[in-house]
Order: sequence, then structure tokens, then C-alpha cells
Amino acid sequence: MAVDASGGSVGYEPVIGLEVHCELATATKLFCSCPNSFGDEPNTNVCPVCLALPGSLPVLNERAVDLAIRVGLALHSDVRQCTFHRKNYFYPDMPKDYQISQYDEPLNAGGWLDLPSGTRVGVTRAHLEEDTGKTVHMGGTGRIHDATFSLVDYNRAGVPLLEIVSEPDIRSPQEAREYVAELRAILVAAGASKARMEEGSMRVDVNISVRPAGSASLATRCEIKNLNSLRSLVRALEYEIARQAEVYRSGGSVVQETRHFDEDTGRTASLRSKEEAHDYRYFEEPDLLRLVPGQERVDAIAAGLPAMPAQRRSEIAALFSSAGAGTGGGAGAGGAREDQIAGLVENGLDGLLLAAVNGGVSPEKALARTANEAASRIDEALALDPESYGRLLVMEEAGKLTATQVKAVLSEMLDEGRGDPAAIAKRLGFETMGAGSINASVEEVVASNAAEWDRYCSGEDKLAQFFIGQVMKATRGKADGKAVVAELQRLRSTR
Amino acid sequence: MRSAGPGSPARPGSPEGPDSSEGSDASSGSTPSSGPTPPSGAMSIAAIAAAVRSGEASAAGIVEQYLGVIEAMDAGVGAFLEVAGEAAIAAARRVDALMASGEDPGPLAGVPLAVKDNMCTRGVATTCASRILAGWRPPYDATAVARLAAAGAVTVGKTNMDEFAMGSSTENSAVCVTHNPYDPSRVPGGSSGGSAAAVAAGMIPGALGSDTGGSIRQPAALCGVVGVKPTYGMVSRYGLVAFASSLDQIGPLTRSVEDAALLYSVIAGHDPADSTSIREEPEWTGRLAAPDILEKGVVGTVVGLLREITDGADPEVRSRVLEAAEGLSRLGATVEEVSIPELRFALPAYYLIAPAEASSNLARYDGMRYGLRLGDGSAESVMSTTRAAGFGAEVKRRIMLGTYALSAGYYDAYYGKAQRVRTVLVSAFDAAYRRFDVLLGAASPTVAFRIGEKVNDPLAMYMSDVCTIPTNLAGHPAMSVPFGTAPAPGGNGSATGPAMPVGVQVLAPRLGEPAMFSVAAALERIAPVTEPPVLDRQEL
Ligand SMILES: [Zn+2]
Repeated sequence: MAVDASGGSVGYEPVIGLEVHCELATATKLFCSCPNSFGDEPNTNVCPVCLALPGSLPVLNERAVDLAIRVGLALHSDVRQCTFHRKNYFYPDMPKDYQISQYDEPLNAGGWLDLPSGTRVGVTRAHLEEDTGKTVHMGGTGRIHDATFSLVDYNRAGVPLLEIVSEPDIRSPQEAREYVAELRAILVAAGASKARMEEGSMRVDVNISVRPAGSASLATRCEIKNLNSLRSLVRALEYEIARQAEVYRSGGSVVQETRHFDEDTGRTASLRSKEEAHDYRYFEEPDLLRLVPGQERVDAIAAGLPAMPAQRRSEIAALFSSAGAGTGGGAGAGGAREDQIAGLVENGLDGLLLAAVNGGVSPEKALARTANEAASRIDEALALDPESYGRLLVMEEAGKLTATQVKAVLSEMLDEGRGDPAAIAKRLGFETMGAGSINASVEEVVASNAAEWDRYCSGEDKLAQFFIGQVMKATRGKADGKAVVAELQRLRSTR
Repeated sequence: MRSAGPGSPARPGSPEGPDSSEGSDASSGSTPSSGPTPPSGAMSIAAIAAAVRSGEASAAGIVEQYLGVIEAMDAGVGAFLEVAGEAAIAAARRVDALMASGEDPGPLAGVPLAVKDNMCTRGVATTCASRILAGWRPPYDATAVARLAAAGAVTVGKTNMDEFAMGSSTENSAVCVTHNPYDPSRVPGGSSGGSAAAVAAGMIPGALGSDTGGSIRQPAALCGVVGVKPTYGMVSRYGLVAFASSLDQIGPLTRSVEDAALLYSVIAGHDPADSTSIREEPEWTGRLAAPDILEKGVVGTVVGLLREITDGADPEVRSRVLEAAEGLSRLGATVEEVSIPELRFALPAYYLIAPAEASSNLARYDGMRYGLRLGDGSAESVMSTTRAAGFGAEVKRRIMLGTYALSAGYYDAYYGKAQRVRTVLVSAFDAAYRRFDVLLGAASPTVAFRIGEKVNDPLAMYMSDVCTIPTNLAGHPAMSVPFGTAPAPGGNGSATGPAMPVGVQVLAPRLGEPAMFSVAAALERIAPVTEPPVLDRQEL
């Protein structure tokens, strides 16, 4: 079916609910003591329990429970007594051929998440379950239908997952994207998960139906499984909304089914219908006891919960308004700044920015360096000592290092995971140039490039870049670009 | 040590203590053509451990002696699936080395034991008597097995069973038939039939079995040995290949109550690897064989003669139970009849819950990671072909029953209702135990039936467990104690068959093991003298 994703949904409103699976950042798996780590040699992090050898039994990882409770509290859920159930179905990457999950009594029930745009999305539940292994299909296109054989890596089998199910409160692909981004920020803030879609530690399934705009009824929904990036999430939803709208417009009816999103074509296609859906034969897991998180435990976890993203974002935004700076940038600049702040908070890098500001760096400079430079290497940046990072930016603010030099020193600090910025700058030979020697160098360059100097003086401002480049070359990058421009302007005005 | 009571069958003419000369030539000298009357058959676990610990006998000598007996006798009994002789002798030598270096070799030093083939033994095949696990060697020991080894005991081999412990005659083994040592044409009961037969035949002084619906007590009764099903959670299930997780318990089969108490004491206790294992160990953990329990007597004990598991038994079996009750009364117990009508729901509830859990527990045998693997290469083909060929008929029957009971639309009517029955049963037992210290009844409604007699009648086979199943659903302890014999029905209902052992069952409330063992020890002291099986290898 040809679907016009851009205009096909006019007159229809989507109703979207999301199921987000995230891997909890525990040291070990949910029911055994194997390491929970990503990217290791296949089938090395395995034992009798997570390979489901006969006679093995699960033992619940209490740390996973703590992390799940942290998320529950951050989502305003009711943390309560719960049970584990077996979800039975056969699949080669699931060693027991059942998954230990939670069914009618989840650990976290109810709750909500406020989107930065203001919408409140209800949370149905956030429950614990174990991950499956990973199947790699070999030969053909790498999809199961034309593979010649498949390999299974059980390193991931038994990794703790939290499944967070939203109410169908989302009304657009953009809101869905916003929900996932905000949820991700909360998971990272709570220290519960790395929540990286690109590594598969966060995966999104959507339930979507469309109805005539203004209608209050719920139509038949489809599920789209395993969306592995925010971009795929938006594309899949846009396509599916248009598809379902088109079905209704042409007098048809939507069939309840599970659909797969094809990254290459940008389309969704039927995976299995409701009739083919598994009967999971849920029953209470007899190998585990009822989980009763006592009030004391929940209270202790609540007391240790750090500030959540919304609060941190507004605290950082307040730095800009209180400084009375940057308000002249217009709505566009403000929006870009909001995005940058949101990005830093989502990845947990706002602590670096705050350390720099506390050291006396302007919020704008601190935001620019952190969002542009530090955030380009998130993992390493997370390992930085915020205080050292702050001192580095202070050196720039004080004119002791140029922008280029700051980037070079930061790069070293990220490589090493630590380090004193002053010592690194010294090692790299970045002695600060005095104003006198910069001015001397500028004069030299101006004298030997007379033609360019004339053009600059006649108003071709872009030639400033040329002179900066020449001065940098002459000083081997030690000059401060801003100081060069200032001297150029001074010379021009006195010419 | 107490001398062997009349209820603990002793091989006629065999000495009570160890005989070092027997141990030295056991491997070569125990294959004469005359019927085996191994002296080791009469040795109790307590006697062996005492002899090894005092230095009177070497563990290696004892183990070699028993290996010789097994070698001589098991061809006719079919109790063992695998005998790990070399490993056993090596383990026994380690015990002897500990003795030599002056270290404590443990309370079960040098005691040879057999383990049902559904318990993991590191490096020794563990197959559950199923084709689907043929040749599978676990990389780890079950906790119960490891505890025995830590106590100095030596596991010499793995015993036959109904496939995945599903059955009451051991005829569902995919490997071989096990014969009842009292009459080789009859079954040993099941599913721990290999363990029961091995102990009854004197091939081993004790064995571990597992009891999901009576799989220790029923074969113990049919083979005339003691069999104990502990309170759920007293013995770790880690390493026990699961049949029905909420019902399975490991327990001992032995020739005397004291030996059962000794084994139980070693295997019991909290295990962090089993979440359902009881955290707060009762005071008596590890000391059930103490005189204040086994010699306590029954004066003042209030015993309920449980009609639901007595009246329906064969008349001769029922007579032995009534005689046991009268005997306890003479010893000073108060015995009253009691009825728990709710017990009639136990069998149907069990045959929903156990298969439901089994259908899930046995899903992992899919040909992907271990065991049998058949099929043309696609995952679906491997799984379905492997399971179709690897499981026997009874296992498939129960997987289908359980799958059905858990299916959408049927769950509430079947599995859900069965779980509610379980709650009702526990309350009904609780009410009875407010009046009674223990309950008494038959462990099996019949004596051992003939091989082949019930294989084509699953419902008749299921009825074999009618006396034992309620205990499992309640999570309570119960044990079978040999108490005389009853004539087996002859062929075609005509002539009277041979005298076969009868087991009287003692039931107790949750963690009521001390009272249960006190009563069992008293019963053992008053039980009629039973001639042990005389195994003629020509006949076998
Ligand atoms: Zn593991």
C-alpha cells in the first residue's frame, strides 16, 4: 500500500502508548552472579543458572530491585509487594524457554512522567524481568528468513530489565520522542541504566491506534516492536499513523497485530496477527518468593534519590536568566540553548557545567564547551572530575589558554580520564602568550600580507579569519583568537 | 549403636560390624556363582561411619566392598543407571587421607550412597532416565550431593527412576526396568524406584530420592525401606532437576529410621542458592538422630488415624496400618480416628499443578544447549523433533495436561482452582494438627504390583499416589516406615501371591519432623519381623 506519510493523517488523531525496556546498571545479572556487561566475547558471561542447565535455580539480585525502586520513585509509582511470573514461549535465545517477569503484581504500579513541553503522561507500571540472549542470523541479509544458520550469545540472557509501560496518553510522534528522551534522562539521573538505544540497553515498543480527531473512543491498535533509535521511533509512528488513517479513509478496518518497522524502506509490515499471538501461560514463578520491599527500604532509597532532570534543567536555565545574559538571542537561540541543556542533563553532564560556573566561568561559555566538546565523548566525560574540568574552563575564561588549546587539553583529559589541566597545558607547551607578543605577531603578519590588509581595511571583515590563521601559524596556536581580532580592529581604526 | 531392630531387615547370618577381610578381596572375590549374601548389606550407615571414624575400617575398603555387591547383584535388580566406581574409590581414599592426617572426615565418613538420577553430580551422567538428557554430565553438584560429600559420604552411582520423576513404578524409565528385590516380577514403586530397590537389596546402605507426589514414600513402602519426604524448603532443591518446583523435595531412603535421620540431618539446612529454602533453620536441624528424638517414645503423643488414607487401602495393607496404630496405643500414645474430607480434592489438584509446573520446567529441553539434538537445522524443527523423540509417553502426557491447564481461558477453571484447593488443604490439615501431633495411614494403597500391570492404565497408576500426594500439596513432612507384609494378589485375581512389604506413613505438620521421627522410631521397634529379600541370581 502506498502511504503518504506527510498528509495522510489529516483529520485523524493518533493514540500512542509506549513500552520501554531498559537494562539496569547492575554489576551482575538478575538471577545469577555472572557479570552484566556489554560487548564481551560471546558466551563468556554464563553459568548454570543463566544457561538454564537442569537443576539450576534463580536467586534475585537485590541491587536490581533497588534500582527498579529508584525508577519507580522517580516516576511517582506506588512501590509495593509483588510476585514474579513465568512467561512461557519457545525461543532459542531464551535458555529456559520461559522468561521470568512480573505479571499482575508489578513492583512499581501507576505513576506519571511530565514532558518538558508540559504534557503529563501516565505510567501504568514499571516491572522487573530478565533479558534474553542475542541471536545473530548468519548468511543472506542477516534476517531470519534467509539465514543459513544462527548463532546465539547468552551473555545478555538474564540481564536485568525494567519494562516501563505508559498509558496511551501520547498524541504525536514528537511527543513520543520527547517521552523517550525524558524517560532516558530520568533513568540516567536515577543511576538505574545507561539507557543507550544504540547499544540496545534501551528498546522501545509502541502501541498505536488512530481515531477521528475529537473522538474520545479508542480504536484497534497495532504494536510496533523493537524501535532502536529516536529517529526510527518517529519515522515508524509517522508511517503507521498515515497507514491506519488511510485504512479508515478507504473504508477498511485496522487489524490488531504486531508490526515490524523496516529501517530501509521506512515502512511497517505485519509480523503476526492477534490470532497468531502467543499464549504465554503466565503462572507464578515457584522458584522465587514474593518480593516484599519494606517501607524502610523504600524510604532509604527515596532519601538517596538525586535531583531529577526537570529540576536540574530549571536550575541551569536559572543561571542564564539570573546572569541577565543571553536573553537577546531570540526564541531560536533560547530553544537551541534549551536543547543543549536538556542534552547535558539527559546524559548526566550538567555537573561539569555547574562546576565550571561555580569556578567563575560564564554560563554561556560553560554551556558551549560542555555541550560541544565534552558531550562529544559522553563516556569519558562522565568519568571526568568536575572540579578539574571547571579549572580548565577558568583558564580559558582568564585568557590563559586559547579556545584551540582548551580543546587540546580537554582531549588529553578525556583520553586519560583524569589529570590536572594546568599540568597538561604545560606539557603540551601551551604557555600563555602575553598581549605584547600577540600584538607584535599581528603587526608582522599585517606587514607581510599588504593586499589582504587593504581588503580588510576596506570592510571585508571575513579576512579577519585569514589573519587569525596566519597568527596562529606563526605562534603555533598559542595566540588567543579574540585577542588577535581585537588588535586587528585596533590597527584598522588607527590606520 | 542400637542393634538392628526387627523392622530393619538384616541379612541372615551376616555380621553387624565391618569385616576388613571382606573389603580387601571384594572386587575380585565377589563374583562366585553362589547367591550373593554380602555382609555389607546389613551394615547401617551409623555403623559404617562409626567404623571408619574409629579407624576400624577404611573408607576405600567399604566402598570397594559395596561396589562388588552392586557388580554382583544389580544385573538382576536394575537399580543403577551408572556406577562411578573409580570416582567413588578416589573419594573414599580422600576420606582415608583425612583420617590419616588426623582431620575430621565428617559424620558420614566412608558411607557409600546412591543418588537418584535427577540430582546433578559433577562429571557423572545425570539423565533423569530420559533419552533427552542421555549422556549429559553436569558441571556442578546438587547442594544435597555436595553436603553428603562434605560430610564424608561417597556417592557410588546414580539410580533408575521414572523419566523426570513422573510415575509410580519406575517403568517410565527410558533406560531399563527396575525389579522389586522381594519379587522380581513386581515393580519397586516410583519414581525413586532405583534408590528404593538398591537399599532394599542391600546394594547400598542409603540413597537419596526425590518426592513430588510420593516418589520417595511409595517406593520405600513397596520395597520395605524407610523413606522420608522433608518439610518443603528444609532440603535445598539446587541441582535437583525440576519436575514440579513447588512440590519437589529431596529426601533419604534407608534401612532404618536412625539412618534416615542421619542422612536427613546432613542434607538439611538453608541454601542461599535455593530461594525457597527455609532461612530460619529450626532448632532440630542437623540433630534428628539424637536420642531425645529417636528414643523419646510416644507416651502422650496424640496420633490421628487418618481414614482417607487408611480405609481405601487394600484390606491387608489396612490391617497393618491398624496394627501399627494399636501398637502405638500400647506404647502410650493416644490414637483416635480422624477424617479430613478435603483430601479427596488432593489427587485432582495435584494432577493440574504438577503437570502445569512440569510443562514449564521441561521447556528447556529444546536441543539448543545440551542433551539430545535432532531436526533439520531450523530452530523450530530442532525443538519439535528433539522433544518428540526425546520424551517418553508419560512425560508428553503431563506436558500436554499442564500446558492445557495453564492456557488462556482455562487457567481459572483448572490451575487457578487447583491452587485454591491447595489453600483449603493446608487449612484442613492445620485444623487436624491442632488436635493431633502426627497422623497415621498407609503410604501406598497396595503392595507392589506386577511389572506391566498398570502401564496402560494411567489413572490406576496415578491412584498409587493417593496416600502421599496431600502432603506434597501442603508442603508438610511425611515418612514411610516398613511394617510387616501383606500377601500380594496373585495373577488373574486367583491364587495368593508372595508376601510383600507394607509401609505405614507418618504425617506431621510443617517442621514437625521431631515428632514424626519419634513416632517412626517407635513403629520400627514394634514392627513385625520381616525376612529380607533373598536374591537368587539364577532367578534374576
Ligand atoms: Zn549466570
